[in-house]
This record gives sequence, C-alpha cells and structure tokens, in this order.
Amino acid sequence: MKYVVLVGAALATLAAALLVGPANLPLADLFGSPIVWQLRLPRAVLAFLVGGALGVAGASLQALVRNPLADPFLLGLSGGAGLGAVAAIALHLPGPWALPLAAFIGAVGAMALVYRLGLMGGAELDPRILLLGGVAVGAFAAAVTTALVSLAEATELRNAFLWLWGGFSGASWTTVLVILAYAPLPLGVLVAAARPLDLLALGEEPAQYLGADVRRLKQGVYLAASLLTAAAVAVAGVIGFVGLVVPHVCRLVWGRLHRTLLPTAFLTGGILLAAADTLARTVAAPRELPVGIVTALLGVPVFAFLLRRWTVS
Amino acid sequence: MDRELILALRGVTCRYPDAPRDSLVGVSLEVRAGEFHAVLGPNGSGKTTLVRAALGLVGPVAGRAEILGRPAGGWSRRELARVVGVLPQREDNLFPQRVRETVSLGRYPHLSLLGGMGAADRAAVERALVACDVTDLADRWLWTLSGGEYQRVRLARALAQEPKLLVLDEPTASLDLRHEMQLFELVRALVDAHGLGALMITHHVNLATRFADQVLILADGRAVARGTPADVLTRETADRVFAWPVSIVPFEGRPQMIPLRQRKEAP
Repeated sequence: MKYVVLVGAALATLAAALLVGPANLPLADLFGSPIVWQLRLPRAVLAFLVGGALGVAGASLQALVRNPLADPFLLGLSGGAGLGAVAAIALHLPGPWALPLAAFIGAVGAMALVYRLGLMGGAELDPRILLLGGVAVGAFAAAVTTALVSLAEATELRNAFLWLWGGFSGASWTTVLVILAYAPLPLGVLVAAARPLDLLALGEEPAQYLGADVRRLKQGVYLAASLLTAAAVAVAGVIGFVGLVVPHVCRLVWGRLHRTLLPTAFLTGGILLAAADTLARTVAAPRELPVGIVTALLGVPVFAFLLRRWTVS
Repeated sequence: MDRELILALRGVTCRYPDAPRDSLVGVSLEVRAGEFHAVLGPNGSGKTTLVRAALGLVGPVAGRAEILGRPAGGWSRRELARVVGVLPQREDNLFPQRVRETVSLGRYPHLSLLGGMGAADRAAVERALVACDVTDLADRWLWTLSGGEYQRVRLARALAQEPKLLVLDEPTASLDLRHEMQLFELVRALVDAHGLGALMITHHVNLATRFADQVLILADGRAVARGTPADVLTRETADRVFAWPVSIVPFEGRPQMIPLRQRKEAP
C-alpha cells in the first residue's frame, strides 16, 4: 500500500516536472517537444535518482555511525568532491566529463582518507572516528577549496560557487544511464545489509549476539553508502539535507526497520529532490537557483523540528 | 542421564592486546542442557571476558572454548545466534521501537536474505512473549517499560532465537527486589521447562546459590572455586574473594552469605 502511494507520488512529481518550465509549452505540443524529451525528462529522472541515492545513503550511514543526526556529506565527501570540482574549474580541464570525474575522484579520495582514519584504532572501523575524521577531512578540503576559489577569476568563481550548491542543469540521458549502470551495485549491498543494520542500532556487541557479522557489515555499508554519495555529488554537486531529513521522515511514518526504510527512503528522496529541482528552475525563471539552496530552505525547518522532537523525547 | 554438553571451556587463558596481564587464567567450565550456572566475582575479576571467550569474541591464547564440540571462534555469528541467546549488560535503543518488533529481532539469525518472517517465526515470537509473560506489553513502546519489564522483553528476544544456551550478563543490576526475584524465577523455569542451559553473571551471591545448580567464583581471572553452591560458598573462599569478613548460614539447604559489621575497638 505504501509503495502504491509513493510510486504514485513519484509519477505525479515527474509529470509536474515535465509540465512546468520557463519555456511555456502548450499542453498539446508537450509530447512532441525536444525540450521535454531532451531537457526536462532526463533532468527530472536524474534528480529523482540522485535524491533516492542520497536518501538510502543517509539512512544507512545514520545506522552505521549510530548517530541519528548524521548526513552522507558529514563524512568528508562533500569537501573532497568540492575540492576536485573547483580544481577542475581552476585548471580549465576540458570536456563535459572533466568536472564530474574530478568531483568523483575528490570524493573517493576523501572517503579513502576517512576510512583509513577510521581504522586507526585497530582492525575494526570505529564509527566515532569515522565521524570525527569526516569532519576534519571535510574542513581541510573546504579550506583548500576556498583558497582556490579566492585565487580564481570572477566568472570561474561564480561557476565554482554555484557548482558547490548543486544543480541539474547539465543533466542528459547519458548522465542518467551512467547513474543507472553505477547505482545498482552499492544499492544492492545496502539492501542486503538491511536486517544487520536493524541489529546495529542496538550496539556492536549486541548485534553480534543476534547474528550480525559487524566487521564486514561496517566496511560494506561505509563503502557502498560513500560510493553512492560520491556518484550523486559528481553529477549534481553538494545537495544537503536530503540524506539527513528523508530517512527521519520515513522512520516516523513507516517505522525503523531497514527492509522498509531503505526502499521508502529511496522513493521519498527521489520525490523530494525532483520536486525541489522543479522549484529551483521555475521560481526565479529564467534564472536558476542551485537546488541545494531549495533543499536547505525546505530542510532546515524540518531538521529543527526533528531536533526539537529528539531532545524532548 | 547424560545431558547434552553445550558449552565447554578447558583451561582458557585470555589476554587483551596491550594489557599488562591475562584477563582470564586457565578457567574451565562445562554447561550442559538443563543446567543453571552462575558466575560470581568482584568487579574486574574476568566475568565478562569469560562470556566473550565462550562466545568466540575473544580468542584464547591458551586452552579451548567449544560450543557443541566446535571451537567457539569457528562459528559464524549467524550460526552461533541460532544456538546461543545473549543478554549483554548494555545495549542502545537508537530509534524508537515496540516490544513485538524487539522480540522479532531474535528471529533474524533464522531468516534468509530476501525472505520475510514466516508463520513459524511469528509463532516463535508469540511463544517467547508468553514464556516471559510480556504478551500484554507487545504493542507498547520500549521506552515506556519499567526496568524489570524491559529485561523480560530482552529475555523474550533471546528466547525467540530458540537457543540451547542462554547467557545473561548481570541481568538484574538496577532492578528492585520483586523484579529481580521474578527474573531469577523466570530463568530457573526456562531451564527446567525447556531444558535450556543458562550461564548468568551476577553480583547477587545469595540468589545465585539459591537458584543455580553450579557456581563458578572468579578472582583476578582465576577460578577460585567451582561446583555446587554448598561446596563453593564457604567462609574462607568468600572472605578472600570479596575482601570482607562474612558469615555463611544455610537456608533451605543452600548457603547464604551475610557480610559482617567491622567491629571498632573501644580506645
């Protein structure tokens, strides 16, 4: 039943994304228009996929670091991706894929660094160190990024700054296909870890007593969630709050078990980001807002509400 | 009657990395089906290490720890969770949860990767709820329970695993008298009715000697005494282990320990 509602809402959101836009198309021309097929549809689908990936990555990482206020970008990935992207812009790397690839490499580099830090305590990943290491690596990367931006020329600076806030203006069917080919593996790893993730909420030792192989679980979930986030940031920039707020909303509505939480977080994250992107490209048309600004404006009040609820209970 | 040997420790010695000394030294223990074992000893005497070694979380540097004849470290966590149910001393409740959901977690080691809870799994959950007398609480949120109810729910979760052995690490710490007695009675009843083995770490010497079949006393990682309560709890042993003068008096055939006042000599 919940999936019928969610899939219905997803289709409605995608339909709305096709209908509205700065080029005011008459309804009759809609299905023949290249604007719809080559611009609006791939863009809406990509936003949906990225939102879904961020929702799933956020839900899994919150269970992994056992901190309900964790966000996929908290683990240093946004900093690394931002650094890679801004470096690509500053170095004038050519080609349409230079920027996403540089961002992806930056994110994976940050991930590797944080992972290494998380292993410092011994053979097992320590989630607390993952969190602290993520914040530290992210802050370092942000400092280098800001240094690069401050040395850049004005137009480059604007591009870099806008990229950091996220957006889907570069979306194409090729990008959609790349994500469709890439995402199933990490998504599959996370879905297969759904039940052990339920157990991990009890603590590492209790989870082991209920049958979870905690060491492999932590490694698999960290790598899969980070690789999902890295791909999302590479194609869309840093889009905050989707990975933080969506899992909480889904937990409130459909419960905390990951067998339900992960699929509902995927659909809800997709709906939210597709809707936010539609807003981002229409409210200030013909100009575009970075979609990260829309999600932050929507997400911060929700987050504040959740935080209050959390501290009260 | 020869009861099934579930857990066997044979001269187990354990040492944590970088620790200055062994946490456990040459400890032996055998838990069979239908036996209730209590482990006593002061803080830091190695009780929790004993449990970790028995469950394969800490590898012994000498000796062997075996469950159903296989080395404890050779079981996968999932296989072991179908045979041994554990109540660890502490656990978190990161996200809000209802009682029936919590007890259902005990079925996880029995579920396949993609399959859901079947009729047999649901029946096992209901049986566990009934056995621990928490059926009425099934739809309550965990945070609304009293300490005693919460421990019974956790015991129900362990029972839902359908184990042969229950391991309980100080399950009655911070419970009041009534809930503490209820929990000891419950564990005793489960051992007698279902033929489970039970291994309980506790600080309650007098309840341990009244409910358990066998008692193991640890001090500084060594087994000071092992056997029936009457054999183990003597004044000499208790004085030494607990570093306090005591008197031992019998009650219903079991020894009970009374700590003595320290007499102050008048000047």
